[in-house]
Amino acid sequence: MTPAIHVVAPGVMTTIQDLGRPGHQRIGIPVGGALDPVSLRAANALVGNVPGAGAIEILYHGPTLAIEASDVRMAFVGANAVIEILPDASASSGERIESLRSIRLQRGQIVKIGSLAGSSVMYAAVEGGFDIQPVLGSVSTYLRGGFGGFKGRALRAGDQLPLRRDSASDQADHMIEDLDISPPSRVRVVLGPQNDYFSDQGLATFLGSSYAISLASDRMGMKFEGPAIDHPKNYNFVSDGIAPGSIQVPGNGLPIILLADRQTTGGYPKIATVISADMPAVGRLRFGAKITFESVTIEAAQAAYREFAVMLDGIGDKLVPLGRTDQDLTLTLLHSNLVSGVVDAYEGALHAVRSIRP
Amino acid sequence: MSEYRVLTAGDTALVVEFGDCIDRRLSTWVLSLARALDQIRLDGIIETVPTYRSLIVHYDPLRLSATSLTSTITTLMADLRVHEDVGRKWHIPACYDPSIAPDLDYVAAECGLTPRQVVERHSGTTYHVYMIGFMPGLAYLGDVPAELVLPRRPSPRELVPPGSLAIATTMTCVYPVECPAGWHLIGRSPVEFLTRRPTPTTLLSPGDQVVFTPVSLREYQRLLGMAAQGILKIAPNEDFLGVAV
Repeated sequence: MTPAIHVVAPGVMTTIQDLGRPGHQRIGIPVGGALDPVSLRAANALVGNVPGAGAIEILYHGPTLAIEASDVRMAFVGANAVIEILPDASASSGERIESLRSIRLQRGQIVKIGSLAGSSVMYAAVEGGFDIQPVLGSVSTYLRGGFGGFKGRALRAGDQLPLRRDSASDQADHMIEDLDISPPSRVRVVLGPQNDYFSDQGLATFLGSSYAISLASDRMGMKFEGPAIDHPKNYNFVSDGIAPGSIQVPGNGLPIILLADRQTTGGYPKIATVISADMPAVGRLRFGAKITFESVTIEAAQAAYREFAVMLDGIGDKLVPLGRTDQDLTLTLLHSNLVSGVVDAYEGALHAVRSIRP
Repeated sequence: MSEYRVLTAGDTALVVEFGDCIDRRLSTWVLSLARALDQIRLDGIIETVPTYRSLIVHYDPLRLSATSLTSTITTLMADLRVHEDVGRKWHIPACYDPSIAPDLDYVAAECGLTPRQVVERHSGTTYHVYMIGFMPGLAYLGDVPAELVLPRRPSPRELVPPGSLAIATTMTCVYPVECPAGWHLIGRSPVEFLTRRPTPTTLLSPGDQVVFTPVSLREYQRLLGMAAQGILKIAPNEDFLGVAV
């Protein structure tokens, strides 16, 4: 039998996503990909995958998944949620585990992920990844186009997600430490490309007000409720290209941040663009959360991006092995700086683990 | 040389804007710059997307700074040669039969023409592919003859069938998949503008030219059947064969 993860219950919007498919916007194909690529990369690091491997993106409420392979290493990174491991489909309760870690699961076990709290998104990665044919170089699901991911659509009950591996490797399970995956209260933007379409008053409203994420948001765009932004030049605007994080302001004056599945061209003036270092955090924002926009220079934005890229490269260094109780104890002691003599041995082991990381 | 502005679109994109209206001359500049940037293969450019009046350049700021990309664009623009007809020419079968053209009578009435005259005007024009956007494979074709220019519908239809041929403002398009649509439906084409499997590809590219060749309802249905079997082949720079109006 093909090793697989069986979808018992799909959650509300659960899709396969990776880092997207740039390079085809000229023919109208959006880049797509994970709303929070930081959490996606961390989940992949925990199971030893390449950073951009496809994983399960979960929005707002988690799926229930059954393991149909000898054993599978999974990792969960993102919002807070109750993650329960049940021994089999008939069990009514099981062991609760934390997110931000990997775990080796056996055939027949059930992973039940509850409602997400704190942020909107979580990633579930599997060691070896899913055996899904990439479309234009990516396994990201593009819902509106009906292609990519698993059958070009959100997961449904009864789906069998094929796995590349039938059994987990013998490496230790890990947790990830000091990973900042909190949703932001302040989002940095670079003004433009059409900030000159807006009045000074409109710009002041945009930068000086608090905006709440509207229920009408999806993977394409994040809509807001709050004070309307004045744009006196509200005439027929001729479509132009769209950058990731572009903030367009339609006739009602309320901003929309264009997310992963954004259209490639658009016909509303764009007051500003979220800096790329802040986009993964924007992807975590929940309905009702409030944010303010802060204007920064392009130089500051690119400096922030360089810092962000260094942080991304260092995600693997945040892994800490867990597993046997004595290891946990050693770690506890290490973190308390009580057993300095063990540090070198531990660091050596950690280095060895890191060096075999792909 | 054309006048242009380089606008910042965040830290990973620049917009080279040639104007603020829909204009063939602007489009020619946009497509010529896109071609020039394609040719120099500058490290750090991820992709460029032509639109009516501007070219957006997506880049990786770790490999290419905004300053150096801007100066490259300035250099290219200084001696850019304009390519008038860079694209392929397509003859696309289209059926304007009233049974599949729900807005043909309305368009005719609004324009003070007969339905037949609308078809003659629409199919008698060579269209330029300004850009592809809104959804994969949706090509914005222009300009429709001045007599056929109408505003969009006050409210869009929720879903129209794939292949729906539509007009609004100075543009015409074929909706490649079933989708919501705010334009006036004047016919249908049996041709697949977006092929989804095995790999998504689109028939048209920005800069191509398109002429619609009227076909009868019967011929449309035959061609649609061929398209469903994957045997309807439309090649560029060739007259559309097999027309039996």
